[in-house]
Amino acid sequence: MDLTFLAFFLPFLAAFIAPAIMRGMGSQGAWVLAIVPAFLFWHWTGFIPDIAAGERATGGYPWIPSFNVNFSWFIDGLSLVFALLITGIGTFIVLYAGGYMKGHPQQGRFLSFILMFMGAMQGLVLSDSFFMFFVFWELTSITSFLLIGFKHDAERSRRSATQALVVTGAGGLILLAGLIMIWNITGVSEFSLLLASGDILRESPFYLAALILVLCGAFSKSAQFPLHFWLPNAMEATTPVSAYLHSATMVKAGVYLVMRLNPAMGHTVLWETILPLFGGVTLLVGTVLAVRQSDLKLMLAYTTVASLGLLVMLTGFGTHKAIEGAVLYLIAHSLFKGALFMVAGNVDHEAGTRDVGRLGGLLSLMPITFGAAIFSALSMGGLPPFTGFLAKEEIYYGVAAADPWSLLVTATAIIGNALMFVIGFVVALKPFLGPKIETPKAAHEAPVLMLAGPVVLALASLMSAVLSPQYHALFSSPMASAVIGEAVQIKISLLPKPGVALYLSILTVAIGALLYWRVDRIRAALVAAINFWGPDVGFDQLMAGLVRGATAITRLVQSGRLEIYLTLIFAFFAAFMLTTMGIWNEWPELPGFPRMFIYEWAIVLIAAIGIIAVVWAKDRLTAIVCLGIQGFAVAVIFMLNGAPDLSFTQFMVETLSVVVLALVMTRLRLSPSDHRSWRQVTLDGTIAAAAGIAFSLILLGVIQTTLDTSLSDFFAQYSYTIAQGRNIVNVILVDFRGIDTFGEIAVVMVSGLAILALIRIVPKGRRKAVLAGITDKSGEGQ
Amino acid sequence: MRTLIFRATAPYISALMLLYSIFVLLRGHNEPGGGFIGGLIAASALAIYGIAVGVSPVRRAIRFHPMAISGFGLFMATIAGLMSLFAGVPFMTGLWVYPTVFGVELKLSTTLVFDIGVYLVVLGSIASTALALEERERD
Repeated sequence: MDLTFLAFFLPFLAAFIAPAIMRGMGSQGAWVLAIVPAFLFWHWTGFIPDIAAGERATGGYPWIPSFNVNFSWFIDGLSLVFALLITGIGTFIVLYAGGYMKGHPQQGRFLSFILMFMGAMQGLVLSDSFFMFFVFWELTSITSFLLIGFKHDAERSRRSATQALVVTGAGGLILLAGLIMIWNITGVSEFSLLLASGDILRESPFYLAALILVLCGAFSKSAQFPLHFWLPNAMEATTPVSAYLHSATMVKAGVYLVMRLNPAMGHTVLWETILPLFGGVTLLVGTVLAVRQSDLKLMLAYTTVASLGLLVMLTGFGTHKAIEGAVLYLIAHSLFKGALFMVAGNVDHEAGTRDVGRLGGLLSLMPITFGAAIFSALSMGGLPPFTGFLAKEEIYYGVAAADPWSLLVTATAIIGNALMFVIGFVVALKPFLGPKIETPKAAHEAPVLMLAGPVVLALASLMSAVLSPQYHALFSSPMASAVIGEAVQIKISLLPKPGVALYLSILTVAIGALLYWRVDRIRAALVAAINFWGPDVGFDQLMAGLVRGATAITRLVQSGRLEIYLTLIFAFFAAFMLTTMGIWNEWPELPGFPRMFIYEWAIVLIAAIGIIAVVWAKDRLTAIVCLGIQGFAVAVIFMLNGAPDLSFTQFMVETLSVVVLALVMTRLRLSPSDHRSWRQVTLDGTIAAAAGIAFSLILLGVIQTTLDTSLSDFFAQYSYTIAQGRNIVNVILVDFRGIDTFGEIAVVMVSGLAILALIRIVPKGRRKAVLAGITDKSGEGQ
Repeated sequence: MRTLIFRATAPYISALMLLYSIFVLLRGHNEPGGGFIGGLIAASALAIYGIAVGVSPVRRAIRFHPMAISGFGLFMATIAGLMSLFAGVPFMTGLWVYPTVFGVELKLSTTLVFDIGVYLVVLGSIASTALALEERERD
């Protein structure tokens, strides 16, 4: 078995045993579980030399061969870097979760969810087949739901979890439609082949539709405005989840998709308008809302929204340098944001609060955490010697130009970066510097499990910039090549070259520093200014409206009165049959007077008497029995016409339905006689007669068409030779058409259950009376 | 409904009907009959017995809840269909064996198992409905 194939399932296996391990070993079990992502990381590093040399690796097995759907993977620069980020950061998240959730009774379950998510996310980025991609995509939504709602006893957690699931899950379904559309247009269902079919896709008349559908999926997952609201709410989850899912990996799935499709769908006016537009708005909205917050995690969450906006904007901008900037920024963001979230988690865990107003002077108590924080903040602020600096320089190289569109995008990027600079330093400096403030818990340095992640990620932010030639050769250049669709070399290094990009960088830092100086006042102003209706409230209104609408429709269609149901069914049936026959003028010819034997006449007469008696009967029981007479007469007619099985069944069904109907009627305590007004009787009678006439006409019409006997001939001929039975009816039921029967008996069983449930319902008002009646009778003694 | 004659004869009638229902079920492949009609006859037998002597004796006599019988029938039908997969032929293909018991060659097949499943589903569902209704008549 291929090790790569196994790698897809390894996280799920680890998730399966995680609870047992954590129960047995306590929080130190995280060291054992971290072996799995570490091993996967090591496995994926084995691909680096080939991928860096410009090759692509594919493989797979047939999954549903009849639909040409494969379980196949596709490893190029883009998916490899993602896989390395997922497994690499995942390793430290597992460790971190071991420390953060120490002593929590459900720690095993938590780690199990984290590992499951990791498996889903890893599968997502490595999938070649659209359908595998979709399955993993939805799996990340589901695991994210489980993780956000982990504190399921808190109402806010449950709401946030549901919200995230509804938004990303619905987006996923729309995405599926888009992928199927792409499949129909191009005829390929694998990304590796799609990359070569870009022209077919772009020239198709369905390009716009496919684009909108795919972007709906990508934007919902990557929290683009106006679907950004679920991501800050997802901060209800515990910090390891926020650090991993909602900053470093899952929310980048949408960006991944956009980047993956860039060679196939990009380079069109639509692509280069829609993406920068949504991305830019998201960037601005995200940063402004971030400054408004005072909760460390919420600040970081909104800057994540902003960063995702920046990535989408750059991917759609179209120049090579912009995409290189996006690639560098994506990696940098995963490193510094993951670290900063863990720093925020450490502060929260050790000091007991995340409110920047209530934190200060932690530097001497938590020096290592501070070190990781300041490294990451410098990277986030885009200062040398960190990888964020490289990203920002490259971004400015990519977008800066003299035309209005580029100027607009550049201005957006500058404002966004400046505000992110502010947030980075608020998170990294405020809790640690300044006078010591009394915190709810006596703060001290976090344990090793919780320091490993932030420290390693912060060092990675540094090393990737210092060793930029190696970093570009191994990671960023292959990834950028995959996104652009042709081989490129990224050259940016820490040595600043005088030029537009450098001046813009200095401008950004200057604006950022200025804003940081006044950040408290700006926050107060924004809190006062922004308190109007937002999509978050809109989501609640939408959900409430959905429930109200569904209720209203149900009330309308399901009135609960049997008479109305029956009237509607028969009236519709009669109207439908008669009007269709009328429109196409397909009235059957009326047959001549039949020639029958005397006993046949007698039976027809009995049936007629039965029907007349039903109509004339004064009380219900008599009517039911009379209906039975008619039914028996029909059964005899079947018998005379050589259908013993049918007749046999008809006898039994008639008997049982008379018995059951009689039992039901006695239970219903209806008035024994007909209480309807003559007008109602006329209406019901008309509908009944119309339905009866319509059905008779249809039957006559059916008889008058020439019957295609090939099926009956087949059954008659092969009943014994193939199915070894001489009773054709039975052979058809249990053999030739066995699946039909199978479905039918399932229906019989389910309706049996439904009837049982219905019989057991006692109306609320009568329940007490019935219970009292039961006790009375049992009291009397039998 | 509770005349002495009816109450005295009902157990015999019901027993005969049950026996007959099995006969109808088994002959179904070659002669008129089969699982569906057999199930209806058996359900009627239980319904009649219930009317005559009350529902609780019937429930005691059949031991299991009628819906459980019905569910087991559906299960049997499923198994009958799935067996063909192990033989490497499509779902629900009939498989036949011809064992000789006491010198008589029997034709046994998965379709027979399927038919017994149908019989049990119909028996269970209808009997469940009828018995539940009879029970309420008395409360």
